[in-house]
Amino acid sequence: MIENGSQSTHAAAMARREASAPAARAVGKALDVTELPSFAFSHRSLMWWGTLGLMAIEGMVFALAIISYFYLRTHADRWPMSTPPPALLWGTLNTIVLVASMLPNHLAKRAAERLDRRGVQLWISVCLGAAVLFLVIRAFEFAHLNCRWDTDAYGSIVWLLLGLHTFHLVTDTWDTGVLLTLFFTGPLEGKRYVDVSENALYWYFVVLSWLPIYAVVYLGPRG
Amino acid sequence: MTASATTPNVPRNAVPPTADDVLALERTWRDPPGWIGWLSAINHKAIGKRFIVAAFGFFVAGGILAALMRLQLARPDSKLIGPDLYNQLFTMHGTTMMFLFAVPVMQAVSVYLVPLMLGTRSVAFPRMNAFAFWIFLFGGLVLYGAFILDIGPDAGWFSYVPLAGPDYSPGKRVDFWAQLITFTELSGLLEAVVLVTTVFKLRAPGMTLNRIPLFVWAMLVTAFMVMFAMPSVMLASTVLITDRLVGTHFYNPAEGGDVLLWQHLFWFFGHPEVYFIFIPGLGFISSIVATFSRRPIFGYSAMVLSLIATAFLAFGLWVHHMFATNLPELGKSFFTAASMMIAIPSAVQIFCWIATLWTGKLNFKTPLLFVLAFFFILVLGGMTGLMLASVPLDLQVHDTYFVVAHLHYVLIGGAVFPLFGAIYYWYPKFTGRLMSERLGRWNFWLFFIGFNVAFFPMHLLGLQGMPRRVYTYGSEMGWSGLNALSSLGALVIAISVLLFVINVFASLRRGERAAADPWGGGTLEWSVASPPPACNFEAIPVVHGRDPMWEPQPEPTHVAGLATTSRELLMTTVLDAVPDSRESFPEPTIWPFVGALATTVLFVGSIFTPWAVVWGSVPVAIALTAWFWPRRHENRAHLALEQQP
Repeated sequence: MIENGSQSTHAAAMARREASAPAARAVGKALDVTELPSFAFSHRSLMWWGTLGLMAIEGMVFALAIISYFYLRTHADRWPMSTPPPALLWGTLNTIVLVASMLPNHLAKRAAERLDRRGVQLWISVCLGAAVLFLVIRAFEFAHLNCRWDTDAYGSIVWLLLGLHTFHLVTDTWDTGVLLTLFFTGPLEGKRYVDVSENALYWYFVVLSWLPIYAVVYLGPRG
Repeated sequence: MTASATTPNVPRNAVPPTADDVLALERTWRDPPGWIGWLSAINHKAIGKRFIVAAFGFFVAGGILAALMRLQLARPDSKLIGPDLYNQLFTMHGTTMMFLFAVPVMQAVSVYLVPLMLGTRSVAFPRMNAFAFWIFLFGGLVLYGAFILDIGPDAGWFSYVPLAGPDYSPGKRVDFWAQLITFTELSGLLEAVVLVTTVFKLRAPGMTLNRIPLFVWAMLVTAFMVMFAMPSVMLASTVLITDRLVGTHFYNPAEGGDVLLWQHLFWFFGHPEVYFIFIPGLGFISSIVATFSRRPIFGYSAMVLSLIATAFLAFGLWVHHMFATNLPELGKSFFTAASMMIAIPSAVQIFCWIATLWTGKLNFKTPLLFVLAFFFILVLGGMTGLMLASVPLDLQVHDTYFVVAHLHYVLIGGAVFPLFGAIYYWYPKFTGRLMSERLGRWNFWLFFIGFNVAFFPMHLLGLQGMPRRVYTYGSEMGWSGLNALSSLGALVIAISVLLFVINVFASLRRGERAAADPWGGGTLEWSVASPPPACNFEAIPVVHGRDPMWEPQPEPTHVAGLATTSRELLMTTVLDAVPDSRESFPEPTIWPFVGALATTVLFVGSIFTPWAVVWGSVPVAIALTAWFWPRRHENRAHLALEQQP
């Protein structure tokens, strides 16, 4: 079952898999499920639904924080209230790094779905490198916000938005590090490839939820 | 890792299961022995039972606080309890009943029942389920620890700023309140994810979405509501605590903050919260009404659609808690209309139950009595709800006992009565014995009469202008008689709850033994022994209709081929419940308990220093990683069953 990794054979393998998907067989009183696979990707796995649930919850938190930002903005005469807007450089640079990290993330997901251990090791390592990079840049972002959390309500909400997103970066980096270690040390089983695939899904969420937050934090005070 | 074909040497169950299968399944699915085993338990029935007991423990504690308040208010100018303690009493009472009882107890009951109703052996993510229980328990204990040390919160259960802000509530009291919210909402959110995933992926083959028991539908809808509503209060309380501890200005008007932001965020959660207390109650009612009318529920699809409609509408009502603020009048009219609209799906359900009862053969047992009382009380609460939904009337009675009466009619009538009925109904499943019917009737009638005597006079007191949350009142106000009557009612409720507690404990030993299906119920939980074996079903059933116990069983009847010596479960597709894969479930472990302890240290530590968020996260990360890290023997067992997709 382990494919050699090129795109076309992957697609072919997917098609074969669909065609010969094992099913439960009814034998008299019994519905025999012995032939069913012991793990599956995407919406067939529990982990996908669990991750989706967390994404819904955290997406809601981000949405509410953004709504609070504009709520406070409509009540203010000046925005930012007393400070210059945050410097664009680091935030923009980080946006580029985050968006770029979707590529190795995608490749890690694909490697996991072909059960390619070496591919997973390689691409998760690249992801982890990207994670360290954006965490470092994030530190510069905080340093160049041009306000403190206790300056005024503007400062508070900006720090909240950036802090919430950073919290996700940190936890996702940790998760990725743990998975990477496991893929070097073992013990492995099929389910762990599902974990990599769902971790990649979560990574997409963390990156894509950054885009509206970037727009709010960096462009909101300029509009 | 090798691509193994189906390994023949792993024992798998036959249909019907052999004696060896049954023994092996019991060994595989039971929780480990000893006190470390007790702390490591992840079986949904063990966690569910503890969760229910803990939530009822908080219910009794919150009830005692209420009794103390009624004692104080029984006479005018009473000197029994001072204003400071009284503030803590009503805050603790409201907080306990809302956050430590009403919401969690519904999730607790469903943690126990949902897998049994769906025909499976576990909830999805059983370790996370255990973690959520411990987080809930520790959060509640921290709150009561603070209360005993005289640092109990005192700014009301909805902790409005600026009263709850750093200027008007110095000290740690409100911080403990805010962190309790973090504990309970974390627990509630995790439970919501557990429930949604369980319902979507772990149903027995053939249990298509339109065959799910209505109780499970109610819990599914509730879980979705929790996922979109609870984040709001978690965010609100987190920024409240940062306002109080690190000097942010979210709610500080002097620095551009806004106090109404709190009210919006709180009630965006708070109004849906009423419905995630109420909707599970509707689920209980649907189960009880069907069984005690001895017929399938009338209008299944209408019931499901009403539940979903209620859930959507519930998110458009929050501003009706804020009619006394300076919001635009047009906006208020919108929320009035939305509040009226929710009467439609509620009425559809009530008519469906009436139709079911009307055409059924009624079996008047205690659970049904509690449901019938629901109709009476909830209709009254709903009527005052319609009154409060109109802005001019709301302004007149805002912050008076009229509101107290309304919310207790809705919440006790809508949720607590059905819940008591549900406990009488499912107690034999939980314990293997029936509760005493005679004590049950005493419990019911005292509760029903006591409730109305305690809360009906509050409508009148509110109309006479008695404000809520006052620790005493002068005799010249003319409120003495009704208050004394109300306190008498509270005493009757207390006696009835005492009878309930006695009934629960006495029936554990002396109750009549219950067979698998003592009431003649139609859903799958009644197909297994009372109490159920560790694995729930010795063979997973195949479902052919909405009420599997009341319908003929064509072949195939059960699932064969799941491992008996390893925790293997069948996953099915979301819509049609077609068998899709077999997945290995994790074994019991102490790490969720340790993780919850570490999280508690972090949350409590952060009340005293923001740096606790940094150093406190290290043990949390270690615990969660150890929890995830696969163990060799489990891995070997899983590999033996592995079949690649």
